[in-house]
Amino acid sequence: MAKRQNVELMVGAFVALGLVALFFLAMKVSNLSLSAGGEGYVLTARFTNVGSLKVRAPVTMAGVRIGRVESLRFDKTTYMAVVTMRVDAGIDAIPEDTFANIFTSGLLGEQYIGLEPGGSTDYLQDGGEIAHTQSALVLEQMIGQFLFKKAGESG
Amino acid sequence: MARRDPADVRSAREGDGPKAQGTTAPGRAATGGDSRAEPSSWASAPLVRIRGLSYRRGSLVIFEDLDLDIQRGAVTAVMGPSGTGKTTLLKLITGQLRPDAGSIEVDGLDIQRMDKAQLFKLRRRMGMLFQSNALLTDLSVFDNVAYPLREHTDLSPSMLRKVVLLKLEAVGLRGARDVMPSALSGGMARRAALARAIALDPMMILYDEPFTGQDPISMGMLIALIRQLNDAAGLTSIVVSHDVRETASIADYLYVISQGRIIAEGTPAQVAAEDSEWVRQFMDGLPDGPVHFHYPGPSLAQDLRLRGAA
Amino acid sequence: MLLDPIATLGRAVLASLTRLGRANLLLVDILRGTGEIFRHPRLLGEQIVNIGVLSLLIVGVSGLFVGMVLGLQGYYVLAQFGAEESLGVMVAASLVRELGPVVAALLVAGRAGSALTAEIGLMKATEQLSGLEMMAVDPVRRVLTPRFYGGVLAMPMLAAIFSAVGILGGYFVGVGLLGVDTGAFWSQMQAKIDFAEDVVNGVIKSLAFGVVVTWIALFQGYDSAPTSVGVSRSTTRSVVHAALVVLGLDFVLTALMFGD
Repeated sequence: MAKRQNVELMVGAFVALGLVALFFLAMKVSNLSLSAGGEGYVLTARFTNVGSLKVRAPVTMAGVRIGRVESLRFDKTTYMAVVTMRVDAGIDAIPEDTFANIFTSGLLGEQYIGLEPGGSTDYLQDGGEIAHTQSALVLEQMIGQFLFKKAGESG
Repeated sequence: MARRDPADVRSAREGDGPKAQGTTAPGRAATGGDSRAEPSSWASAPLVRIRGLSYRRGSLVIFEDLDLDIQRGAVTAVMGPSGTGKTTLLKLITGQLRPDAGSIEVDGLDIQRMDKAQLFKLRRRMGMLFQSNALLTDLSVFDNVAYPLREHTDLSPSMLRKVVLLKLEAVGLRGARDVMPSALSGGMARRAALARAIALDPMMILYDEPFTGQDPISMGMLIALIRQLNDAAGLTSIVVSHDVRETASIADYLYVISQGRIIAEGTPAQVAAEDSEWVRQFMDGLPDGPVHFHYPGPSLAQDLRLRGAA
Repeated sequence: MLLDPIATLGRAVLASLTRLGRANLLLVDILRGTGEIFRHPRLLGEQIVNIGVLSLLIVGVSGLFVGMVLGLQGYYVLAQFGAEESLGVMVAASLVRELGPVVAALLVAGRAGSALTAEIGLMKATEQLSGLEMMAVDPVRRVLTPRFYGGVLAMPMLAAIFSAVGILGGYFVGVGLLGVDTGAFWSQMQAKIDFAEDVVNGVIKSLAFGVVVTWIALFQGYDSAPTSVGVSRSTTRSVVHAALVVLGLDFVLTALMFGD
């Protein structure tokens, strides 16, 4: 009998330890605590070029993360990229004339979407589209433009 | 136990496979040379009936057209030199191996036609004493003997305890019930395994080389036990062994097997009187005879490359 | 003469295929015995102790040191780019995605898999499996099935413990010894490690490894020649095969899971 209890205790302790480890990985290590997936509402925006923007990239406003990119899709009629982003439910007053930019965090960092609020008092609803967008800056294009301009000045 | 009641046996047989009997009967007639008379009643029919058994392992022929009967209530010994497939024969009888040809009937049931469940049901009525005892090493002697009972019966713990202690008493190990198998001497381990083999009150016990590696005292104990269990409980016993004297002393009927065939059979006295050279060599343990001391090969002179030998 | 090597090769291929077939049939047999687990839950408990609890020490200690080494090495590399804050991400991603499941599986194969093989092989050699069969007890269901599920269930636990302890080890080295900012260590990690993508996939990986490692160990034991040489060979094979299959399978799973 004592042996049986011992087995039960050891199994229980082992499973508990495993679950604690999993819980630790879920809550402390991963983003599970940050993004309650499926909550919030969806906005879309069209960009001529999204650069290297990835699914799950942050959507920020004034530098604070308010949502994440949910999906990226190519629209074959307009030849533009359609970005769907999920914004946290608490952020429910984004003006309709908000400007969406694709920024890069640092020189080599990841790309993210930065929203600059407009002045409108009409707010975007679930499924709404951000009309004003600024595409990602592609380094090669910038360098090309810079050189072209320099050449124009000197000539 | 009611299990050995003939009426009960009959009903179990009818439930398990009456067809098997009908289909094997012509096969038996076809073997022809069988001189044994058809049994008049089931009580006198052999418990195990083997006809035309052939078994090969790869290209090696173990048995060739073997006929063998094990009579109810008797101790039947199967003897032969090492490597003649005596253990294989036991495995064939218990359905752990399947023959290439021929039929094996146990208590009127054809082993080959049984599925796993039927085979398991039949095995509950058989006990086997393995050469290595096959005691479960992580269980005490008591738990080893209790194992088949816990597995196949609904005995209450107190009832189970009584049965196990009685079985251990029968083999003289009641005092060693809490010992682990690794701490048992060879003779004690064998007796513990025997207690486990009889735990379910089987109709038949198969002994695989029971005397191997036993000192004279435990040998004597085992011989007495096998005889005693057979007679007291009305069991049928099959002893497979190459220990001539010990085996002959307890067997009611002997089969001597060599190279896949039966070369002698009869009561110990009959076999002892047999004057074929081979039987004489085996029974008397002569160093040379039909079975040569030397493994077949080129002559010594050739092997050593002696001059003039080529 | 010329045909000899070809014949040898053919025989070897046939033997391997036969063994593969036997292994798969055994797995089917083991899975068919699943009901036995519910009839005798104690058997499963014993095996979780046997495989899981007794592997805890080696898994925990290895995890700690692997995490500490990752912290140290990661710091030196990241510091060159001024990205020490990403140390947490690096340590956690390597552990949760790869090292946790893989190293835990390798350790279990060495610690518990070899023991399983030797145990089953010896039970076969000492006729205990035949003995069970003669007692009308199916040895596959009674002996192999609980061990299989014990291994499969213990593996994700051990992998999670390995990763968790490893991350704490990396934290200890990075934050405690090398002065990485605590907040950055955890927040970067939380921002980049995805629960569904990383943690859950890691658990799925270790479940797959649990199946493979236990299956190989049980098969090698069950299929071993019933002699001392046979058991020792099977034990070696069990560890070698399990390690190779885990690493190969890891590549396949990684490609399936993390390839965009």
